[in-house]
Amino acid sequence: MRQTRFTTWKLGALMGGLLSAAAIAGPAMAADTGSFPDHNIQYIIPFGPGGESDISARLQQKYFQDITGQQLIIQYMAGGGGAVGWSQLNEMDGDGYTIMGTNLPHIILKPMGKDPGFKTEDLKNFFYFHYSPDALIVKKDSPYKTLDDLIAAAKKAPGSVTVSGSGTQSANDIANRRFESMADVKTTYIPFKGTGAAVTALLGGQVQAEWGYTTTAANHKDKVRMLAVAANERHPLFPDVPTFKELGYDMTGGAYRGMAVPKSTPEDVTKKLSEIFGKINQNPEFRQKMEDLGFVLIDVPYDQMDDFMAKRRAEYEKVAREMGIIK
Amino acid sequence: MDTLSFMAAALSPINLMLAIVGVAAGILIGALPGLSATMAVAVLVPVTFGMPPEAALIMLGAIYTGAIYGGSYAAILVNTPGTPSAIATTFDGFPMAKRGDGDLAVTLSTLSSMIGGLVGAVALLTLAPLLAQIALKFGPVEYFWLAIFGLTLISALSEGSTLKGFIGAGLGLLLSTVGVSVIGADIRYAFGSQFLLGGVETISALIGLYCIPVLIDLVATPSAHLEPPEEGRGIRFGEGLSLMWRGKFNALRSAIIGTAVAILPGAGGSIASLVSYSEARRTSPRSDQFGKGEPDGVIATETANNATVGGGFIPTFVLGIPGTPPDAVILGALLVQGFRTGPEMFTTNVGVTYTFIGGLFIATLLMLPIGLLIGRYAFKSIVSIPKALLVPSIAFMTIIGTYAIRNNPFDVVVMVVLGVVGWVLSRYGVKPSPIVLGLILGPIAEQGFVQGYLMGNASGSVMGAFFGRPLSLAIIALVLLSVLFPLWRAWRTRSPKETANGH
Repeated sequence: MRQTRFTTWKLGALMGGLLSAAAIAGPAMAADTGSFPDHNIQYIIPFGPGGESDISARLQQKYFQDITGQQLIIQYMAGGGGAVGWSQLNEMDGDGYTIMGTNLPHIILKPMGKDPGFKTEDLKNFFYFHYSPDALIVKKDSPYKTLDDLIAAAKKAPGSVTVSGSGTQSANDIANRRFESMADVKTTYIPFKGTGAAVTALLGGQVQAEWGYTTTAANHKDKVRMLAVAANERHPLFPDVPTFKELGYDMTGGAYRGMAVPKSTPEDVTKKLSEIFGKINQNPEFRQKMEDLGFVLIDVPYDQMDDFMAKRRAEYEKVAREMGIIK
Repeated sequence: MDTLSFMAAALSPINLMLAIVGVAAGILIGALPGLSATMAVAVLVPVTFGMPPEAALIMLGAIYTGAIYGGSYAAILVNTPGTPSAIATTFDGFPMAKRGDGDLAVTLSTLSSMIGGLVGAVALLTLAPLLAQIALKFGPVEYFWLAIFGLTLISALSEGSTLKGFIGAGLGLLLSTVGVSVIGADIRYAFGSQFLLGGVETISALIGLYCIPVLIDLVATPSAHLEPPEEGRGIRFGEGLSLMWRGKFNALRSAIIGTAVAILPGAGGSIASLVSYSEARRTSPRSDQFGKGEPDGVIATETANNATVGGGFIPTFVLGIPGTPPDAVILGALLVQGFRTGPEMFTTNVGVTYTFIGGLFIATLLMLPIGLLIGRYAFKSIVSIPKALLVPSIAFMTIIGTYAIRNNPFDVVVMVVLGVVGWVLSRYGVKPSPIVLGLILGPIAEQGFVQGYLMGNASGSVMGAFFGRPLSLAIIALVLLSVLFPLWRAWRTRSPKETANGH
């Protein structure tokens, strides 16, 4: 009997530990933002662990603690390509102690098609902190040395060049559509489940090219070559890779990441959060780590969010119409 | 010599302590249904941020190893796989426990897990770059055929009626289509519910289909949950060893299957253990005993799933592509630590890599004493806890576990509904394993098929894409073998009788 109680106690302790780690921050309302945050903040990632949303959030964790003395507790609420999390965000406590990662183009594109349970304008984004620029990637030994080589091959036999990417109606899918219409070519886009599977298909020679990001290329530096990057400037990690703009295609974009709070969160708390994450973005060590992984940092604080979102929306709307998402 | 000295660094007191803590924590988390190895690793990632990279990796590797092994406890003692990799362990582990051999089953699982873990780690140490190149040869078409091969295993897994096995698998395939599809982004069978958009979570289905029927039966029948063991028998270590010796070829084969399957990203421990189980059953002289408490069944699945730990690290380290879901989390942790995977892991970062592999060896060896100790408590407590306490505790854990997977209360509803449906179906002979198999393999088959079709179209020959590659042809041959072998055996056992009748 003593042994029994011992084991039960151990299980109980373990469960308790896990639960408290996952516990939703208390209902305390910060009337005075001077002391905000006075306890830990839960940071929900609406995807599974190990992806870029997770990794970039994990990098913020340390600097958040340096600035506020409180911890960011990262949790996952995966499903429906983020839709499961976003559709529940506004029902959560709006006290500033619950924040959730949001991603572009996902939060704009999804509601354009069938109803995913949330509306873009219902998400109260307070800071966008970086993006992974789209990049067209081939294997090191690929016959396509430049973007022009690939375009020439696609022109010669429309649809014969296969390009892998993560998901349908995703950042990669959109990048491919935009590229196709700008370069006036036809490729075969093959969606995979996640960037990892898409890059595996490229490395294994199953497809001829991949729509990925600078981060993908940074991760597989020795095995792949980027033909062009959809950023305004060349990435410091890849000074030799041209931007699409340099090559005459007006293409910038990628997967943008930021954070949102439930709609009921008070304005002053939202602004304070925007300030804190703005400060993290200024930390030189944080910047270095993010750049080394291939990310490009951007600063879109709360008061510039509407502008930023409107611009992105205009961009995506055109493609969404071509893709038949909007009918 | 360098390799050895790096590996010896894993023996420093602090690293050793981390390995012990990691293995013990992993075993406990893995043993709880719903708290999977992926979650065990994810929960503890932040703890490792403050540590040097070697120590962090050793701890994460130890937790992972422990959790995969810990999954066997729940499978053996409660008929509920603690992690998806332990599905096939329920087949023989639970019948063994039911007849009073739970202690032996736990000992066997411990020994097998250790052997499997060692084989996987040796492969990681010696063959990693070579094996990773083989993994890349598997394209969408190969994954499609591999999933079909997995589905043919149903004929081996369904006790009695193959037809009922296929009904279950069909149900599983249907369940796997719920939610937003990866290719096409269509919303299927969500019935307007935003919760169903995320699809049916495999682990919630697993808990529901396996655990709820056990709970219902526990309440519905007056007999004890498990037969109590004879007094003063200990852990039956000697008996376990001699059974292991008898099953040495089985263990070796299963460990190799486990390593090989784990190298393929996306396949994972559940498929590895199912394949090795059906192989063990096919080749065993006691194949009719499988499913009724055959020790070789436990040996096969438990060696295979622990071999996936080392095997899965191969693509993770060499290619930067996670072999199994927990590897994805560990890869993320590595990136945050500022480490890049790829050939650098075996050149500039070789110290960290070999210390980690050393740590993996140590963690695997530590599993033996720690596992036997914890296993003994687990078995004794499950046997001695009165039913009135056991049922609510397990029920509580299934709910917490299901909710914890992705913080989605609706998953709990899905779990309970599937559990009740599963209980009813099981009374009519449709067992949970084919359903779960369909659920796991459905997306792999579907995505592989559509991707293969698209690629075939682009190259001008769809048939060529599916039937023209040597590797796919080899897998197709395996499919045929798996379908035809049971028929051939049935024919062979029947024909002498028929000839006898003819005379």
